[in-house]
Amino acid sequence: MNTATAAVDTLLYLNGVTVSFDGFKALNELSLIVEEGELRTIIGPNGAGKTTMMDVVTGKTRPDAGEVFFRGTADLSRLDEAAIANLGIGRKFQRPTVFENLTVLENLELSLDDSRGTLRTLFAQLRPDRRDRIDNTLARIGLTAQRAQSAGALSHGQKQWLEIGMLLIHDRSLLLLDEPVAGLTDRETEQTAELILDLAKDRTIVVVEHDMAFVRSLGAKVTVLHEGSVLAEGSIDHVQNDPHVIEVYLGR
Amino acid sequence: MSELPRGQRNSAWGPGFWAGFVACAVVLALAVPILNLWVPSNSAVALPDYLVPLLGKYLCYALLALSLDLVWGYAGILSLGHGAFFALGGYCMGMYLMRQIGTRGVYGNPLLPDFMVFLNWKELPWFWWGFDHFSWAAAMIVLVPGMLALVFGWLAFRSRVTGVYLSIITQAMTYALMLAFFRNDMGFGGNNGMTDYKDILGWDLHQPSTRLGLYLVSTTALGAGYLLCRFVTISKLGRVLLALRDAESRVRFLGYSVTNAKLFVFTLSAVLAGIAGALYVPQVGIINPSEFSPGNSIEIAIWVSVGGRGTLSGAIVGAALVNLAKTWLTGAAPETWLFVLGALFVATTLVIPRGIVGLLHSARSVRPRATAPLPAGE
Repeated sequence: MNTATAAVDTLLYLNGVTVSFDGFKALNELSLIVEEGELRTIIGPNGAGKTTMMDVVTGKTRPDAGEVFFRGTADLSRLDEAAIANLGIGRKFQRPTVFENLTVLENLELSLDDSRGTLRTLFAQLRPDRRDRIDNTLARIGLTAQRAQSAGALSHGQKQWLEIGMLLIHDRSLLLLDEPVAGLTDRETEQTAELILDLAKDRTIVVVEHDMAFVRSLGAKVTVLHEGSVLAEGSIDHVQNDPHVIEVYLGR
Repeated sequence: MSELPRGQRNSAWGPGFWAGFVACAVVLALAVPILNLWVPSNSAVALPDYLVPLLGKYLCYALLALSLDLVWGYAGILSLGHGAFFALGGYCMGMYLMRQIGTRGVYGNPLLPDFMVFLNWKELPWFWWGFDHFSWAAAMIVLVPGMLALVFGWLAFRSRVTGVYLSIITQAMTYALMLAFFRNDMGFGGNNGMTDYKDILGWDLHQPSTRLGLYLVSTTALGAGYLLCRFVTISKLGRVLLALRDAESRVRFLGYSVTNAKLFVFTLSAVLAGIAGALYVPQVGIINPSEFSPGNSIEIAIWVSVGGRGTLSGAIVGAALVNLAKTWLTGAAPETWLFVLGALFVATTLVIPRGIVGLLHSARSVRPRATAPLPAGE
């Protein structure tokens, strides 16, 4: 594929990305394109490179080779985590990581897209429109009643939603969700799928997941990773019938 | 209408807070002069002159503990080298006081302090220039610890040195400075340090009134330092610090510069420690390289943990109580002090991990970290 044409209509563009840890290739010439406004699910067995792919996009890991572009112009392999976050890329971790010693409200306050400058935060005041935004987000993730609770006291599912709310309130253009339903009950999984579908209406979302029923319920394009590169891509039915995918998932 | 985040609630700067603050300030700032000056000296509650600088010294320690609590309790940076910033502030003040001696020194040299004459130095080293002016010394008291913290912190935080590794390199920093200041050719008086001061801004340091004045300046510095730390910790930046203490990488993914936030509090904290050191020196009458010793810096962390870290007021309480105990015990049974100090640290960690003030908070069940919903409109 030609870089110049890819740059125009893609939001996220990975080309030939390789990451090795002590000789082990976590990503092996991975190429992946995510279009603006798309909802994409990424599946793959353990060690397929799903989390490493997210680490590369969010600046946590630098690729040994290859290019990573956001909106065709921003070279993510040269930016640090904070700079990438400020471009509008948000990430939800595999284990829910909320700030346990802050309240639900304060977690959301820190996630607002206000100035991140150190001195600006020292003198920052919460404006009324910001407070409304927090209230709306609280309602959307269903945590209005828990707003003044410390986040550490939330249940596992509530923490997952709070973390999604923290991404949501910032109005990011690309959300990376790493196993958003890990450890959730069936009911919570269903609610999370609804929430993600709702969010996908006005932003691009990449979901990494193991749970096939959940992936099916999202009904989005699926990319299968295996040993650090793309094995198959297409609808859920297409990839589930792919002989390579069956071999990787069911053993050889 | 939603509740405001902690700190922007009215109660943070509300009448309740100010009543407590003013009450403490009045006790510290008025009781000591009254008991010292106006109560007859044969009365049981009279405060003898020699105790005034001792209390002033405790206030300087309290300010030092406060500065450590800001970085340790809130940003999770356990600096075991804060004694270095304290000592540097102290040395800047010491240099000013040495220059004030003038021709009243043993050798009567109008330009050179006694120890330089003794070492046969012919002229004043360049880094002593300007220290005959108080304003220059005052600027250096802020700038020297501040710049050291800025450079050291920039190198450490940029490389993402955290936790025990950071503690170790701060220990190394203060140890290296101690070895350097022990050397005579550094130009700071070697292992004897600097002493035999005469006066400060024209006031005789041996006069009880000057000592009372220094005590009141220390009280003011502690009060102002406390308000400043409180302002920082209840601001949004304070919440960023708490957040990065618990989940540093998450804060980065939110788009905050962890390096800058840490650098800001670390530098601010070093400046406060430097001011504490500068006020300490004229009250104890000496500064020498032992102030840089790693043990001193560890002791500061013990004061903070005994009082309760992450509470600010706990740092002040801890510094005062541990030092009162130290003064009493090093008089009564000096050889036991280090054992008691060690036992105190272990006991605090095991029995009251949140310190005295943390314990009081949970006893009154007004834990600030897990607030109950406030009434609407608050």
